[in-house]
Amino acid sequence: MSTSRLLTDDPVVAASGARLLSEALAAQAVPVSDAEFHPPMAAPDGTDTAAELVRVLADPRRAAANAEAARRMLAVRPQLVDVRPADEALGLRPGSFLHAGPPVDWGSASGPLRGALMGAMVFEGLADTPEQAEAELRRGGADLEPCHHRGAVGPMAGVVSPSMWVFELSDADTGRRSWCSLNEGLGAVLRYGAYGPEVMDRLRWMSRVLGPLLRDAVRSHGPLDIGAILAQMLQMGDEGHNRNRSGTLMLLRSLLPDLLSGDAPASDVAAAADFIGGNDHFFLNLAMPAAKLMADAARGVPGSSAVVAMARNGTEFGIQVSGCGDRWFTAPAEMPDGLFLGSFGPEDANPDIGDSTITETCGLGGFSMATAPAIVRFVGGDAGFALRTTRRMYEITLAENPAFQLPVLDFRGAPTGIDVTRVVRTGILPQINTGMAGREPGTGQVGAGLVTPPAECFTAALSALAAEAPGLPAAG
Amino acid sequence: MTTEPATAMRVEVRKGAYRDSVALMRVTREVAAVPGVEAALVAMATDLNLGILADMGGVAPEGTGPDDLLIAARAADDAALASALATAETELAAMSAGGDGAAPADVPPRTLRTAARQAQAQGTPATLALVSVPGRYAAAEAFDALEAGLDVLVFSDNVPVEQEVALKRTAEELDRLVMGPDCGTAMVGGAGLGFANAVRPGPVGVVAASGTGAQQVMCLLDAAGVGTSHCLGVGGRDLSAAVGGASTRRALRMLDEDPGTERIVLVSKPPAPQVAEEVRRLAEGLRTPVHTVLAGTEGSDITAAVADVVAAAGGSVPRWPSWLPVQTPPGRTGALRGLFCGGTLAQEAAAVASGTLGPVAFGGDPAGPEAGGHLVIDFGDDAFTLDRPHPMIDPAARTERFAAELADPAVAAVLADVVLGHGAHPDPAAGLVEALAKADPRRPHAVVSLCGAAGDSQGRDEQAERLRRAGAEVYGSNSAAARRAAALAAGAEPA
Repeated sequence: MSTSRLLTDDPVVAASGARLLSEALAAQAVPVSDAEFHPPMAAPDGTDTAAELVRVLADPRRAAANAEAARRMLAVRPQLVDVRPADEALGLRPGSFLHAGPPVDWGSASGPLRGALMGAMVFEGLADTPEQAEAELRRGGADLEPCHHRGAVGPMAGVVSPSMWVFELSDADTGRRSWCSLNEGLGAVLRYGAYGPEVMDRLRWMSRVLGPLLRDAVRSHGPLDIGAILAQMLQMGDEGHNRNRSGTLMLLRSLLPDLLSGDAPASDVAAAADFIGGNDHFFLNLAMPAAKLMADAARGVPGSSAVVAMARNGTEFGIQVSGCGDRWFTAPAEMPDGLFLGSFGPEDANPDIGDSTITETCGLGGFSMATAPAIVRFVGGDAGFALRTTRRMYEITLAENPAFQLPVLDFRGAPTGIDVTRVVRTGILPQINTGMAGREPGTGQVGAGLVTPPAECFTAALSALAAEAPGLPAAG
Repeated sequence: MTTEPATAMRVEVRKGAYRDSVALMRVTREVAAVPGVEAALVAMATDLNLGILADMGGVAPEGTGPDDLLIAARAADDAALASALATAETELAAMSAGGDGAAPADVPPRTLRTAARQAQAQGTPATLALVSVPGRYAAAEAFDALEAGLDVLVFSDNVPVEQEVALKRTAEELDRLVMGPDCGTAMVGGAGLGFANAVRPGPVGVVAASGTGAQQVMCLLDAAGVGTSHCLGVGGRDLSAAVGGASTRRALRMLDEDPGTERIVLVSKPPAPQVAEEVRRLAEGLRTPVHTVLAGTEGSDITAAVADVVAAAGGSVPRWPSWLPVQTPPGRTGALRGLFCGGTLAQEAAAVASGTLGPVAFGGDPAGPEAGGHLVIDFGDDAFTLDRPHPMIDPAARTERFAAELADPAVAAVLADVVLGHGAHPDPAAGLVEALAKADPRRPHAVVSLCGAAGDSQGRDEQAERLRRAGAEVYGSNSAAARRAAALAAGAEPA
C-alpha cells in the first residue's frame, strides 16, 4: 500500500510559482498554502547554480547523510570538564598562536588580528613592545594557525597563545573535546585588537589568578553541564552569542561554592567573582566551545551539505561543510550593520571577525533571536524582527533542537544545522549577531550589530558538493 | 583672526535607572545624530563606559556606579547641547513605550516544505505540492516537496530530462508520485489542477501523459454519463525510453489501490516499445481493468476509444454533443487550416484529417505545397508561448490567425478548438465569435472542437450556442470535428 495521501484525503495544496494556478484552486474551495518563490542565488563566477543544486539534491547519499549529520549534532552533551593553560591543553608551543577564522598570514591579517597578535607576543615575552612584536611578526617570526584546526574556537581575533588559559569541554557520550579561551570582558581587550598595558595586566591576572581558580573549582565541582545552561539561557532572554547574561550568572552560581571552598585567598575569589559577574559575555566562551563540539560531531559525513563551521578572520569569512572535509570556502568578510560605542562610527569598524559564528552554526545567536528580542535594537528593529529572523532561519536548517526551546515560538526547537542547498535555493543567508572590532590595531571594541556571511561561501560550497556528487542518473 | 569654537559639555546621572545596554546604544546614536553634537554617550555607568566618558572629556560625579544611567553630550554650543539632551529624553521615554511585540510576526513561507508546515498548523495537512516556477528551478522545488512527504505536480515545462529522471527516482524511493514535468492537467479528489474540467465524479481513473488528451477523455466520459475518480498526469515524456514510465507505473498502481476507481484509462502518445511492454505487463497484473488510449497518431481516435470504455463500463454510447448552425457559407474545395490551443487535440486533428486529405503539415508555417496547403498549428507549442501565456489562458494570437484564415480564398475550412475548464480563459469562444461576425459571407467553413463539460464555469452550452449562431459547426468530439472539417475541405456538402 502506498503511504501517499493523494487519493485518500481531501486535497490540500502547497504551491510554488504561478498564482493563477493557486487562484484556480482557491476558486474550487481547495485550501492552498503558497510559497514565495525566489530564484536561487547567483554565483559570482557565473556558474549555473540551478543545475548544480539539482545535481546535489539528486545525490542519493544526501538525505541520509544530512539526517545523520543533524542527529550527531543534536546528540552532543557538552560539559565543562577542565580549565588549563593552552600549551598543556592544545600542545601549543612557544611562538605558536591560534587565531579566529580560516587560515590567514600576517600580510593579509586585519587590524584587530594584528593588534591581538602583537599583544600576545608581548604577553608571551617574545617582544618587549608592540612595535617590536609587529616587526617580529612581519618577519614571519611566529606560527599562525586557525583555532578550528585544533578543535578550538576564539571570539573576535580569537588569538590564543601558549600561556593563556582555556576552557576544556567534553561531549559526555563520545569524550570528544573542544577548547576556548577565557573571556576578558568588553572594551579595550585583546580579542578586539587592543594591546595596551591594561590589556596586558588583565591577561596576566587571568593566567595567574582566574585560570587556576576556575581549574580548581571545575575539578572540585566535576563536569558542569553546559548544554543545560544553554537550554535555560534560551528561556531567559539570552541567545548565546550577543547576550550571555543569564548564562554567565548561572555559571557563577554553579561554581561559586567550589570557588569559595578552595584554599585561595578570599580577595582572589572576590576578584574572580566580580570579574565573571561583571562581564555579561563571560559565558560566550563556553557557548562557543559547546557549539564547536556540536558542529564537529557533524563533520565528515560523505554527501552531507550541512555547514559545520562558520568563522571569520577579519579579512575573510569561511565556512566548512560536512561532506567536503576540512576545505574552507571563503570570501571577503562583510561589514556588520549596527550601533557604535561612544564616538566611534562605521569608518572605525573592521569587517566581520571571530569564531563566535560557531553559535549560529548550531542554532544559537542570530538563529535564536526570537528568544532575545532585546538584541534587535542593534539595528533599530522591533520584537517582530526577532521573530521573523528566527522563523526565516527554519527555511535553511535541517533540524530543530529539542533541547534548545524557544518559548515565544511555543517552545519550538532552535533552527539547527545550516544546509548549503537550502541557503542557495532560497537566497536566505544565515543571520549572525556580532561584536565589531576597531579597524586600527590597538583600538578594541567599537560596536556591535548584525551581519550575514557572503553569499559566495555558499555557492562555492555548492559547486564542491556538485563536483563530489555522482552524476544525474543516466536516462533510461 | 580666528577663534576656537566654543564647546559645551554636559554629564547627567540618573541613579538606579537600569536600561538595556543595547537599547542605550541606539539612544546614543540618535543623540549623536543631533546637529552640532560632537560626541554623545547614553549608557550605564560601568567602568568601561566611564572610561569612554573620560575619553570624551567628561567626568561623572563621585560615587556613580554601574546601576546608574549616564547621559553625556559634547556639542558646538548650548543650543545644540540642549537639543541633544532633549533628544535623549525623548528616546529614553520611547524605549519603554513598547509595541506590538507579542503579535506573531507573519513570515510568508519561502519553500514548499514550510508552506506544507503552515498548512499542517492550520489543521489541513497538505496532500500535494504544485510547482509552476520556471523550468530550470522546478526540480529543486520538487525535491523539497518530495522530502516534505508530498506528492508533486510539476506544471513547469523545460525541465531537463535527466532532472526528471532523478526526481522520479527519488520519488520512487520515498513512495511518492511526480506528475509531470509539463503536466498541465490533473484532478484529485474532485479538485482540478492546472487545466481541468468540472466533470462528474465516478468510477473511471485516468492516467495521462497528455493534457488535452486527458481533458477530451474526461469530457466525453462526462457527456456519456460516466464520471471520473481521479486524473493523474505523468508528463509528456514519462513513457519515453529516457524516463521509462516511472510515474505511469506508479499512477496505475495508486489507482488500482483506490477503492473508488473501477476502471483505468491510460492516455498517452505512443510509448517507447520496451516501456510499452513493461506498462502492459504491469497493467495485466492489476485488479482494475486498464484501457489504453493512444492519442495523436495515425488511425488513433480518442472518441472511439472512450466509446469502448463507456461500453465496457456498461454504459450506452451516446451521440456525442454537436451544435450545428442554420446558415453556412457555400461549399468549396481548398485547404484545411487547423488552429489549436491544445497540443494533443491538434495532433489528433492532423492525424484524422490526413486520413481524408492526405498529407497535412503540422506546426510549421506556411504549409508546403506537398501538403496541398493543409496545415494544423499548435499555438501551445514552445515556439508560440515564449514570453507569452499559454493560448488556453490568452488565445489572442490564435484568434488573430483565425481571422486571417477566414479571409484566405485558398482555404475551404478552418478548424479551431475551444477548451473550457479550470485555468482556461473565462470566455474562450468570444474571439472566434467576433472574427466570424466580421468575416465575409463567402468565408471558409468554420468548425469548432469544443472540449468542455456541462459543469464548466464558462458554460459549455452557452459557448457552443454563441459559436453556432456565429455560423460555426461545433462538436464535442475532437475527432468528429476534424473529420467534418476535412470532409468540408474535400468538398462535402455543408450541413
